[in-house]
Amino acid sequence: MAIAAKGPRTSDVVAQQLRGRSTDVKGIIFQAALLFALLLSLLILLVLIADVARGGLGVFQERGGEFLRGRLTVVSPTTAGVGQGIVGSLLLLIFVVLMAFPVGVAAAIYLEEYASDTRFNRFIDVNIRNLAGVPSIVYGLLGLVIFVQVLAPLTGGKTVMAGGLTLAILVLPIVIITSMEALRAVPDSIREAGFGVGATRWEVIRSHVLPAAAPGILTGTVLSISRAIGETAPLLVVGATTGLLATGGRGFFESFREGYTALPVVVFRWTSLPNEDFRALTSAAIIVLLIMTLSANAIAIILRNRYERKW
Amino acid sequence: MAQAAMSPTGIDLSGNPRRRRKETLIRRVFQAAAVVSVVVSAAIVFSLVGRAGYFLAQVDLATLIAPSDGWFPRRGSFDVMTIFAGTLLVSGIGMLVAAPLGLGAAIYLSEYARPRVRRYLKPILEILAGVPSVVLGFFAITWITPQIVERIVPGAQFFNMAAAGIAVGILITPLVAAVAEDAFRSVPQSLREASYGMGARKRSTTLNVVVPAAVSGVVASLILALSRAIGETMIVAIASGATGGSAFTLDPAAPGQTMTAAMTALAIGSDQVRGSEGTFESLYFIGLLLFLITLALNVISDRFVRRVRQKY
Repeated sequence: MAIAAKGPRTSDVVAQQLRGRSTDVKGIIFQAALLFALLLSLLILLVLIADVARGGLGVFQERGGEFLRGRLTVVSPTTAGVGQGIVGSLLLLIFVVLMAFPVGVAAAIYLEEYASDTRFNRFIDVNIRNLAGVPSIVYGLLGLVIFVQVLAPLTGGKTVMAGGLTLAILVLPIVIITSMEALRAVPDSIREAGFGVGATRWEVIRSHVLPAAAPGILTGTVLSISRAIGETAPLLVVGATTGLLATGGRGFFESFREGYTALPVVVFRWTSLPNEDFRALTSAAIIVLLIMTLSANAIAIILRNRYERKW
Repeated sequence: MAQAAMSPTGIDLSGNPRRRRKETLIRRVFQAAAVVSVVVSAAIVFSLVGRAGYFLAQVDLATLIAPSDGWFPRRGSFDVMTIFAGTLLVSGIGMLVAAPLGLGAAIYLSEYARPRVRRYLKPILEILAGVPSVVLGFFAITWITPQIVERIVPGAQFFNMAAAGIAVGILITPLVAAVAEDAFRSVPQSLREASYGMGARKRSTTLNVVVPAAVSGVVASLILALSRAIGETMIVAIASGATGGSAFTLDPAAPGQTMTAAMTALAIGSDQVRGSEGTFESLYFIGLLLFLITLALNVISDRFVRRVRQKY
């Protein structure tokens, strides 16, 4: 013992060697640069929101709710509003919700739960991945040919129905892919438990798999709603009105076969006007649009964080 | 079949026929839904090919690659190189912005951020991904042009491809980050531990072990982002190509026409295309080109993603 007390203990020396070396300056700089890349994204987001808010909040202070009810016009900034745009966007969403979601979730169930690994099923899978990467304006051309021209007797030409169906097809691959991921995350033991007590495949899916995958599927569908609200290019191609709209004043279902505009189309129309008065109105319309899309995104993130579970 | 379903004990295990019919019906319905996606692809090809063929039959094919003419559909100048160069320039600038930002954010989130920090930082990128492109187009002309482009290039024009490119870069940054982060996180922990065990520091481990191991995923994220940038429409339509036509230009500080912006101009008729035969149909021709380019990029990127999945 007395010998050991003379010099420093070996473990201390080793610990000091490990700890006390020069600080890793390059490493710190590297980490700081990475963090900077991430925080720059945050900064851009904040600048964007501040820029839009500075330009547009005045409109809400002056006009308040009247702006939210106002009509799409490009001549009189004092009466222009986003009312028709909001209504148009909501009408389009009805088609997305009613068409894309059932078909998308059903396709995902087929591919994840039923499909065996055949050539045709692999083709469907690859095909869906490629559809998700097709530029949105190309979907606009699809809508123009199929829904506006070929199916004109059904849709009535450049109408809400044609626009809504185009958007539904546009988000379909997103709904399928996110739903497939949610279904894949459900472990096989859950399914086997169902089969073990004699349930058929559909009974297992309905009572075991779907409830477990529901939060994930819901997250994906909410994200696709956000995407559908913000899409502009395909709507321009399938003829969302950029000018004045006649007020139909007819029934709810008749409105599906009338001309329409949508909130992002209003933003685009006003952005391209040289008139300075419309700059503030554009910002105000963007605030409304951002509230709609970003709240959908926030809901999706919260849903995922709350229900995400590790099996 | 009933014979085959008899079990050795003599009990019929084939089940209730009504229940089996119901199962088959449900399966068919789901299968039909999956086939819808194939119908959609067929509809896209059908919509594009016929009209594009009509356009090609109407125009003199030599005018499609005559850079001196530029892209002026109304005057019958359909120089594809003009809009192709514009597209490449804008997407190139976008990639210069998105690659360092997206990859940097991805490495930080995957390698450095503690789980708690990651929970709060990752939604930033997801919220940014939710900003509609029409909003970024407005942001490009109201903020990026005056605050960034005009400071770097004094005398830049109000509409310019640099601002459009930067805005496109902001748009695709979350995509790069999301795909690359998945790739980094799929690198097995054992590789990192082996590196630490050899005495490597965090930075060397990240740069020399994790990034090379995930390189397929990184490439996939960049190709996917490039595909998205090429197909991006509203930003360029607002910030760089607000007019219907453009001469051939490679000047980022000047307005220019991209494939998608040219399509928007044709679609909304901002250059009053009703003139010659086939003018409007050029829309479908560019659409077909755009479809084929992005399809090729997506197929390549999918290959790379698969490679990561197979390896680990």
